[in-house]
Amino acid sequence: MGTNTRPQQADTNGALAPFQIRGSSFTLLTLKLNDPDAPGLFERLEATLSLAPGFYRSAPIVLDLSELVRARVTDLVGFCDRLRGLSLSPIGFQGATAEWEQAALDAGLSVFPSGRATEAGAVKPRSAPLKRPSARLVGEPVRSGQQVYAPQGDLIVTAPVSRGAELLADGHIHVYGVLRGRAVAGLAGDPTARIFCKKLDADLVSIAGVYLVSEQLDQDFIGKPVQIRLDGDKLVFEPL
Amino acid sequence: MAKVIVVTSGKGGVGKTTTSAAVAAGLALRGFKTVVIDFDVGLRNVDLIMGCERRVVFDFINVINGDAKLHQALIKDKRIENLHILATSQTRDKDALTQEGVGRVIEELSADFDFIVCDSPAGIERGAFLAMYFADEAIVVTNPEVSSVRDSDRMIGLLTSKSRKAEQGQALSSHLLLTRYDVDRVEKGEMLRVEDVTEILAVPLIGIIPECPSVLQASNVGMPVVLDDKSVAGKAYMEAVGRILGEDIEITIPKPAKKGLFDRILRRTA
Repeated sequence: MGTNTRPQQADTNGALAPFQIRGSSFTLLTLKLNDPDAPGLFERLEATLSLAPGFYRSAPIVLDLSELVRARVTDLVGFCDRLRGLSLSPIGFQGATAEWEQAALDAGLSVFPSGRATEAGAVKPRSAPLKRPSARLVGEPVRSGQQVYAPQGDLIVTAPVSRGAELLADGHIHVYGVLRGRAVAGLAGDPTARIFCKKLDADLVSIAGVYLVSEQLDQDFIGKPVQIRLDGDKLVFEPL
Repeated sequence: MAKVIVVTSGKGGVGKTTTSAAVAAGLALRGFKTVVIDFDVGLRNVDLIMGCERRVVFDFINVINGDAKLHQALIKDKRIENLHILATSQTRDKDALTQEGVGRVIEELSADFDFIVCDSPAGIERGAFLAMYFADEAIVVTNPEVSSVRDSDRMIGLLTSKSRKAEQGQALSSHLLLTRYDVDRVEKGEMLRVEDVTEILAVPLIGIIPECPSVLQASNVGMPVVLDDKSVAGKAYMEAVGRILGEDIEITIPKPAKKGLFDRILRRTA
């Protein structure tokens, strides 16, 4: 998809060429393998991916094999199948020695040059994989009919949010004031997103798609400082 | 250089035209050269409220289209020096308004007038948008009831984001005018209290106009209510005009009148 703005190349007989090859650059995730045979690798990987399922779903991934200089060659075909089972999409490798290179090619992976690692580096099993962009801060009242969206980060509002207003964030939503409108956190599917507000009176609250409307909110929490999080498929309300 | 004040609300029937007429007349009575422009194309009523409906020859749309000059369309009020009216077309509709045309007219008026009061139609469509686009200040007319408050909130959001001032990164000061305030209904809990409305809307309050029969009487005779010296609403409007001019006039929240024994026997309300 996408419009081709360059004029099409013509064939020698004057008809338009059916394709065009040109260079493009992409930023991709790398999965650095330190020990592909480690027991529990896939369990730990699955746990890491579950921190941001929407982000990792079908993500193209390049295997960084530069640490595997001395290790025995693993069954990379099987390894990649298991990666696909976790809905990752291994497309290539980098940093391989001669032994690993052949195995990787046999597994259908393409050769990638050893690029510079970005600041965030390869996927670390423990912490959140990519630095989130800093939070969006809104200091003016969010009025009825207005919509504020914080893509890939948190949303902080230090003013009242009116009925009929909408707050959307891929991360957390904090309202240091009265929340009367809608708050939709974890918009991209992150179930760890939370909603915090100084005074709950919302039209609707939602985390990663699980929502409750005003009528369904526990009366004990209305008008109070509240933290809302997702526990499985239920929204849990706790006093702040 | 004139100050452009838009009188708007979102909700219909809350008292925008009454307020536009009263504020424009009040400013003129205070000595400022003022014009009130009707932006409700096709449903004009500023001319009715001002009592000049039988003197409209050329209108706002004629001027925008170049069919008439501004001075041909401006109507001088017979009672108040300094007060002028620019009526709008009754046969056309809001599509006849263009941003460029409205801008030109306001620019031309700015040279001669101290205040330009723009009476907005209800809604958030083109007429309402163009009425507020060129404003320096806004009076958001609100009744103390839930639909009006929500619509006013929407309108304030539009004022802070879609006006020319907003586009230029400047502040458009919005003021809340609470109208048709019925003390008894507020006491009974049928209407919202002042504190409830100001808490939700979070803009400075510029006046409370009590529900008053004189408003209808004034409109029936084509007179701005500030010209009725016995009218409570008229007095409240003059105070609001004072506050617009920067005067520090305390806002008193109307209290229910204490019913004396005699009144209670005869079951009279205040």
